[in-house]
Amino acid sequence: MTNHWIDLANSDCILIMGSNAAENHPISFKWVMKAKEKGACVINVDPRFTRTSTKADIYAPLRSGTDIAFLGGMIKYILENNKFFNDYVINYTNASYIVGEKYDFKDGLFSGYNAEKRAYDAATWAYETDENGIPKKDPTLQNPRCVFQLMKKHYSRYDLETVCSVTGTPKEDLLKVYEAYSKTGVPDKAGTIMYAMGWCQHTVGVQNIRTMSIIQLLLGNMGIAGGGVNALRGESNVQGSTDQGLLFHIWPGYIPTPTASLATLADYNKKNTPVSKDPLSANWWQNRPKYVASYLKTLFGDKAQSDNDFCYGWMPKLEEGKPYSWLDLFDAMYRKELTGFFSWGQNPACSGANSNKTREALGNLEWMVVVNLFDNETASFWKGPGMNPKKVKTEVFYLPCAASMEKEGSLANSGRWTQWRYKAQEPPGMAKPDGDIIFELFEEIRKVYKKPGGAFPDPILNLKWDYATKHNFDPHLVAKAINGYFTKDVTIGDKTFKKGDLVPAFAMLQADGSTSCGNWIYCQSYNQDGNNMARRDKADESGIGLYPKWSWAWPVNRRIIYNRASVDLTGKPWNPKKAVVEFVGEVKDGKYVTQKWKGDIPDGPWYPLKNPDGTAREDGKYAFIMKSDGFASIFGPGLKDGPFPEHYEPMECPIDKNLFGSQITNPVAAVFSTARDIIKTCDPRFPFVGTTYRVTEHWQTGVLTRWLSWLIEAEPQIFVEMSEQLARLRGIANGEMVIVESARGVLEAVAIVTKRFQPFKILGQEVHQVGLPWHYGWVWPPAGGDAANLLTASVGDPNTRIPESKAFMVNVRKKGV
Amino acid sequence: MAGKSFFIDTTKCTACRGCQIACKNWNRNGASQTKNTGSHQNPPDLDGNTFKLVRFSEVEDNGKVAWYFFADQCRHCIEPPCKDAIEGYVSEAVVKDEATGAIFYTEKAKEAPFDEVKTSCPYDIPRKAADGRIVKCTMCIDRVSNGLIPACVKICPTGAMNFGERDAMLALANERVEKLKGAYPKAKILDADQVRVIYLVVDDPRKYHKNAVAGLSPAVDRRLARRQLLKPLGDLVRVVASV
Repeated sequence: MTNHWIDLANSDCILIMGSNAAENHPISFKWVMKAKEKGACVINVDPRFTRTSTKADIYAPLRSGTDIAFLGGMIKYILENNKFFNDYVINYTNASYIVGEKYDFKDGLFSGYNAEKRAYDAATWAYETDENGIPKKDPTLQNPRCVFQLMKKHYSRYDLETVCSVTGTPKEDLLKVYEAYSKTGVPDKAGTIMYAMGWCQHTVGVQNIRTMSIIQLLLGNMGIAGGGVNALRGESNVQGSTDQGLLFHIWPGYIPTPTASLATLADYNKKNTPVSKDPLSANWWQNRPKYVASYLKTLFGDKAQSDNDFCYGWMPKLEEGKPYSWLDLFDAMYRKELTGFFSWGQNPACSGANSNKTREALGNLEWMVVVNLFDNETASFWKGPGMNPKKVKTEVFYLPCAASMEKEGSLANSGRWTQWRYKAQEPPGMAKPDGDIIFELFEEIRKVYKKPGGAFPDPILNLKWDYATKHNFDPHLVAKAINGYFTKDVTIGDKTFKKGDLVPAFAMLQADGSTSCGNWIYCQSYNQDGNNMARRDKADESGIGLYPKWSWAWPVNRRIIYNRASVDLTGKPWNPKKAVVEFVGEVKDGKYVTQKWKGDIPDGPWYPLKNPDGTAREDGKYAFIMKSDGFASIFGPGLKDGPFPEHYEPMECPIDKNLFGSQITNPVAAVFSTARDIIKTCDPRFPFVGTTYRVTEHWQTGVLTRWLSWLIEAEPQIFVEMSEQLARLRGIANGEMVIVESARGVLEAVAIVTKRFQPFKILGQEVHQVGLPWHYGWVWPPAGGDAANLLTASVGDPNTRIPESKAFMVNVRKKGV
Repeated sequence: MAGKSFFIDTTKCTACRGCQIACKNWNRNGASQTKNTGSHQNPPDLDGNTFKLVRFSEVEDNGKVAWYFFADQCRHCIEPPCKDAIEGYVSEAVVKDEATGAIFYTEKAKEAPFDEVKTSCPYDIPRKAADGRIVKCTMCIDRVSNGLIPACVKICPTGAMNFGERDAMLALANERVEKLKGAYPKAKILDADQVRVIYLVVDDPRKYHKNAVAGLSPAVDRRLARRQLLKPLGDLVRVVASV
């Protein structure tokens, strides 16, 4: 989240779309209801009327996979009705930038498309720049090639009629939503978005979120209390997992993983360190080399020196252009390219899209290590439905692990709060905390590599691995390593730090090897003041629920990021009643003479861009400091599928044309081509839109919750929710066991016939949608049912490669028909 | 009136089932094997292991769908008919706690015929446990007597479940009705004079649950009626016998 959970209570208008927050983030509703008590309007857009919808002031249905059409219509509405926050748009976004002449968009394709490679060359999306590489701007927003005008042109096709025809949302509902939400385009009103997998899990997932980001920028909702773009994370520490670089494309702290062609550290730093010649742009990522060097010092300690590139050469590199995401891994596994696999705290046999492909793939491994609490469909894949154990050669090792209350450490929540948890009890039997398992596993691996004959033993033998206290894995040592130390005596300004001191904050990290830091964004989390993540002080003077002394948030305990955009150019809050930060330096003769902010940690401590008397300052900085140019992107040239979001149909969809252009599906979506990768779009055998979702009572594949009797009592088995109209069409009674099938798999589910699904009218045709929870698997309980992912396809977003689990085509029929 | 009360604001309930599960957790109740019969409501009814049940009700009004949630539980009546029913058979089986007004059963309650006890309740609350005891919500009297709030109230994230001094809960309830009346003209609280568990609804209560309010009672059970008539005589008999 750019903001945080408690901040929801500050909002005037909460849009819940691509999320069913009441069911899947039930505690968040404490804050949503508080906002409602204060008069906030809650809007919910969802294919199905859910438990969230019951609390919404406005509910609008939409067909799964049409969010960009819906939101594109809102952009058009905002522009046409002048609902945007003009000063914010001009001063904080790239709306005024002039895009190069070569940029074009025609009939569903942006300029630079290579059909053979299924990829764009983004060169034509570049801005027009001056001799210093600084983008040219038109602050009047009139230049036909300025971002503002290009955006207007792009979304001119998203008229009510077309949007209604594509989404199936009645026109009056579209207008209700647009009207209510765009009321937040004024300085004293805040609108926020709560979203989750309903937006992410599409072949246009990232662009779904981009569309909302554009809306939030137009309305001036970024950086303010009750605003922001708020991703509701689906696992208590998944925020931590991405922060610590568990995804293939990043090192800890969102630093890019090097590719093979970047042979030296200098090559890497040159490629990955943005440059800006604009003195008003903070261009914070120019500090990247400091974070990279410090990270390498954490990994290799004294071995890492400036004359050996801090052992950069020992780090694994990615092959150019090759993705190693989840879908890619299981595709490689399916094609017999992988030997072994650690399935750690996960259940791929049920959680990965296209379960049949995944399950068959597991059988191609020589070995697999499963680390989990209970038996599951992955550990026992070899005796699952359709498997012949005699033919499966995979050797499976099962390491039982501790539950979350049986180990100590931090969990980073959606709001970036890294709350430290204590150990409540010992794990049972042989179960161990993950940290202990990893620590001991690596010690054994290193023993093996000490013997001659290992391939490339250097990084393994030289990895700094001193994370034990009295022979036991100690999470505090890891936490401190993540925060970072001075590796020698260092003087910064008028302060001298001693070798071995913890680094106070990332501003002090160095590129010369004098600091180590496992993750620059966590620098300050465990420093000379102690374990800041474990703080539990409820003091809060902010008036907006910041609670700055409760735990610690990255970066540098900033609770609302981009908060430089919450003030005007002189540093005064747009909305003084809900101020996030305020510049309170002394004023002399109309000019600031001292540098002081109050409130949240400002998003950079520099002076504002203007003095109270309106004169420009040379020592201020633009608001969006992580962008090299300092401005938030309405036009976003850095993504694989285009600088403006465009509606494309899901890879499997119910209609044979896209009203917005000839390109029906995302032209650069990730696709795969094994025998298990069957796509049947617009196929009469699979006439209904299928989607997957969750219930409050279970979690993920149910790998933990299916074993809890109170939870399985409340939601005992897989169900498929469908409209009364569809039930009549298929002769299905409520509570009847039915078959649900896709081109990839089939399963049985109990029919819940409900008014909460209504058929959509799409391009004049009646289109039905059904939905299933993905919490079940064949291992337990006996009548629980199997994985909903048997139905879904291995197709993914081109940027994240997340699978399109939210929209695919199915058939539903009575058993025996 | 002294004592405690619950105020349950159904307009804030998201049917998360936190209350249903927290109650089982605190009471160390088990679970039964259920089937999905085409509804999210499970188990389908209160039972020997389920003292708090979230009831789901889908209704349609002028083409608009509504989904009402009713977190059902014992009402802790001011004058509980179940107490009369049980005491007709056995004494020291039902306690009306002086401090809170909580109505809870002791082990001895099982000596009364269960069917009679069940039908005496206008809200259909008492159930039989596997070991024969008659069971229901206890107002978490062990927690409340130790300065804590009931488990279902503690867990509720949205403020649907409220608990406190009766006057304060009634005041809160009436305040909510006033606030909601504009958008929901049918907003009202149910049987507030008769119970300590006060529900707020915004539609016909029967759309939430058939026993949301004390129904027009069926012909009062003849044995119960006779006992109530003879109650003063019965008390006299007991007094005489103890002298």
